[in-house]
Amino acid sequence: MGFLSFKSKSAASLLRLPAGCFTVDSGGKIVASTLPQSFPAPLVQEIAAHILATFRDAAGAQLPLTEVIVRFASLKITAREMHGGAIIFLAPQTLAANQN
Amino acid sequence: MPERQKILLVDDDQDLLDLYQQILAQMPSQPEIITAGNGARAVTLLEAEPFAMLICDLRMPRMDGLQVLAIVRRKYPQLRTVVLTSVLDEEFRSRAYAIGVDLFWLKPANERDVRLFIECLESLLNREAQTGFRGLQNKSLVDIIQLECLSQNSLVLRITNGPLTGKIWIQNGEVIDATAEDLAGEIAFKGILTWKTGSFESLPADPEHPRAIQKSYNALLLETVQAIDESHGATEGAEFHGQFESAESLPLTMLTRLDGAEFALVAEADAAGHSDSRGLENPERTTAWARQTLQRFTALADRLHAGQLQQVDCLGAQRHASLARHGDTILCMGWHNDLSAEEIRERTRKALIQWAS
Repeated sequence: MGFLSFKSKSAASLLRLPAGCFTVDSGGKIVASTLPQSFPAPLVQEIAAHILATFRDAAGAQLPLTEVIVRFASLKITAREMHGGAIIFLAPQTLAANQN
Repeated sequence: MPERQKILLVDDDQDLLDLYQQILAQMPSQPEIITAGNGARAVTLLEAEPFAMLICDLRMPRMDGLQVLAIVRRKYPQLRTVVLTSVLDEEFRSRAYAIGVDLFWLKPANERDVRLFIECLESLLNREAQTGFRGLQNKSLVDIIQLECLSQNSLVLRITNGPLTGKIWIQNGEVIDATAEDLAGEIAFKGILTWKTGSFESLPADPEHPRAIQKSYNALLLETVQAIDESHGATEGAEFHGQFESAESLPLTMLTRLDGAEFALVAEADAAGHSDSRGLENPERTTAWARQTLQRFTALADRLHAGQLQQVDCLGAQRHASLARHGDTILCMGWHNDLSAEEIRERTRKALIQWAS
């Protein structure tokens, strides 16, 4: 069935979830990062802002935290508090990894 | 004559759309095939008329397949979704399943692939949501226990519901004991009977097992079914807090009895909604934090297309806490600080299933 030889498309690309880590200071500024440059900086900034807000609001609720682990179905974010800032690790999860 | 089901096919390549239409025309149920050349058009069509299935490419300009599927899963949870792609990448397969697609299929390359693809689509299209315990569809656990007791049987029933496991000892047609996680006796029996689905197996009788439940099976089942009915009535009613009011049968109290649990909090996700907790000194602030945190990371999941937010585990020097969501309800569990991250992850998962049951 020759007509089933599908052509591949190259125009559009899909955004990959990044693997790596970055540090953010208490003011929300990204200090250092090992994330791939293809991953948009505004998204990195957004992740950092959510993590810092979570630490800050937890302290306000008398639940001081040292580590936050956010588990999405295909991404795990691990954040450790560092003097008001944080070091944040991003690890994409695959089906195989989730089964382990 | 039954109405033909509709399938929406989305791909930015018109040639491929034409080809797929020919392929899908071979389906035995002869569904009506509607095509869309981009994600935005697909979303518009879905809003306009009901479809049974969406088949979507991943790589498309502007709105890619993952974005389309994320929107569709949220807005139309009953819609069957299929990814049909040439992207041979484990990451994207995982992310598509994480979003909740029913089937991820590489574009068929030969006649056999086409045949298998059609069979899978046909099966998916005709699939009905099923409830009940595996092996005895549409039979509740109450029915199964009644059957064993009426037959004067002696056995041990092992029931599994996801990560939860329970056992019910039946001796000469009477329920003599039960265990479920850290619970035992009558309360464990009642807890197990709230599980809506699962699987069970019959183990050999254990005549040496001591009797911990003295009530007759009839009285026990009647009480339990009444408690479940009352609980469901409260849930379906307008008063959200109604489901917490009769303490004895209540899941919230049972959650605080889990090993290592310090507190349990449930709340409506809506900031103005009701909440209730056990073991918390300042529930209002913790509730506000839990709501904000889950709202924050649920929004982030959408932005990243990272699949559903499953859980947020928080470690602290004084105590740990975990957050999870079930529909419009959020669950916040507090745990002893000597538990590891993996332990609180697993225990919160079980607590959520127990709560959801």
